[in-house]
Amino acid sequence: MKRRPAILVPSLLAFGFAFLYLPILSMIGFSFNASRLVTVWDAAHSPTLKWYVALFQNRQIIDAAWLSVRIAVMNAFGAVVIGTMAGFALVRFGQFRGRGLLATLTTAPLVLPEIITGLSLLLLFVSMEQLIGWPARRGIVTITIAHISFSIAYVAVIVQARLVGFDESLEEAALDLGARPAQVFRRITLPLIFPALISGWLLSFTLSWDDVVISQFVAGPGSSTLPMVIFSKVRLGVSPDVNALATLMVLLVAVGVVVSSLLLQRREKQRAQEMRMALAE
Amino acid sequence: MPEQLKARPGPQHPGRLITTAVPMAWLLLFFLVPFLIVLKISFSEGILAMPPYAPMIEWTHERVLSIRLHLANFRFLFTDALYADAFLYSVKVAAISTLLCLALGYPMALGIARSPPARRNVLLMLVILPFWTSFLLRVYAWIGLLKDDGLINNLLLWLHVLPSPIHMVNTTFSVYVGIVYSYLPFMVLPLYSNLEKHDPILLEAAADLGAPPWKSFLRITWPLSVPGVVAGTMLVFIPAVGEYVIPTLLGSANQLMIGRVLSDEFFENRDWPVASAVAIAILLLLLIPTVIFQRYNRRELESAS
Repeated sequence: MKRRPAILVPSLLAFGFAFLYLPILSMIGFSFNASRLVTVWDAAHSPTLKWYVALFQNRQIIDAAWLSVRIAVMNAFGAVVIGTMAGFALVRFGQFRGRGLLATLTTAPLVLPEIITGLSLLLLFVSMEQLIGWPARRGIVTITIAHISFSIAYVAVIVQARLVGFDESLEEAALDLGARPAQVFRRITLPLIFPALISGWLLSFTLSWDDVVISQFVAGPGSSTLPMVIFSKVRLGVSPDVNALATLMVLLVAVGVVVSSLLLQRREKQRAQEMRMALAE
Repeated sequence: MPEQLKARPGPQHPGRLITTAVPMAWLLLFFLVPFLIVLKISFSEGILAMPPYAPMIEWTHERVLSIRLHLANFRFLFTDALYADAFLYSVKVAAISTLLCLALGYPMALGIARSPPARRNVLLMLVILPFWTSFLLRVYAWIGLLKDDGLINNLLLWLHVLPSPIHMVNTTFSVYVGIVYSYLPFMVLPLYSNLEKHDPILLEAAADLGAPPWKSFLRITWPLSVPGVVAGTMLVFIPAVGEYVIPTLLGSANQLMIGRVLSDEFFENRDWPVASAVAIAILLLLLIPTVIFQRYNRRELESAS
């Protein structure tokens, strides 16, 4: 069967990718521009690294970045633990009482506008402070709690997807061979769902690292995360050091995503091979 | 955990109980309760105090439990044109952005699904990659492109396409651009996972029977892809209605979306009851698309397992 090669779809695909990447590339390009006017290229003094130097001398940005990293890491670990539990309960425990409620509570954050999540969590923290005196101050703890609450949903979805395609006969075989349930979980279940845990961890980290709306609600005075600082800066217009910051973040993410996906792929291949060898014996 | 396996059912096993109870307790405390508080405050009266709302449930001095439902906040939403305008504007912006997203995302998903299998993963990765970089910074990048002395205007002026720069930033147009840009992956991914499952034999049969490509698209590909279209549309429309960052950075200060109105009521006017009422109204507005999405999602999960 001969068909005329289609033009429309590939060209729209190319347009789509250009649309996705041009803004990021232009931001990277202008981060080396000497002019304060960001988009007016100062050919005489460019390229320059002066905005990168300015960035590392900016205490406010460094402090905010450090706060964001700490929150993102705590959030990622917390969300992976609780989200995995939720995913397990939903896929493995059959019909238990409260399953419908748990299912709703783990999908609701995915569709709830951030602004409502932020408002409701702040109102909760204020009410709790009145009732039990905790949290006395809003800051790193309240932001982390808020982030965990919406990250759980994403981890639960990823873990559920992994568990649905999971071969339970491996666990049954281990049990038949006399392994204790805890052993089975550690030696069989955990390694098999490990890629899902890594993806969930990375996604939770990114969601937290990126969040501005919810953080703005639940943060207290003096606890500005990096996105909050960037947001208040760019509300006033473009600024060259934000371009430098963006370039560094894009670079970091690109390297991180490529490396982690390569590692995951290798792990999966290795595991598949081990399985084949085990079966062949 | 393996406790539920046939060999060892043990539904009352402590490990199993903890596994269910921890996420349940966390989500009840930090998700359901906050929502109920918002609901409560939306029926409270605003006062000048900290916190700035009057208690709705209290013991009066005769030891009578008094519950006052203050409906004025909601009445206010209906009578003040500001809110109705913001709601309509948000729905309009979200709907048009969603359609634009579909118009761009559909061919992209189709293009990826029909490219050689080896290339698909790379292309998919390229769609997802921007999603991992800061959303805020990607929206910010558009200011540099769209502003009056930005890249696009400079380029068009330099090429003599335009006599003078066009004003694009801080308009509804730039909000569309920002939303389409930010939510494109959410449209492409569900569409792709649907389109990728289509059997190419159907199209070959249609071509053998003499159908031109546009006809086989309309009669085969499009009808089969409707579930993907529904999922993608909801995933873009729902968050776009409540969007706050994009209209704040790229939109006009005269036309506010409802998310911004909520935030202003809360932070600038310190009117917590009205802000809560706005939140409840947004939720009611989003209830229908959310139910559609949930139903679709459940069906997909069931057909997968």
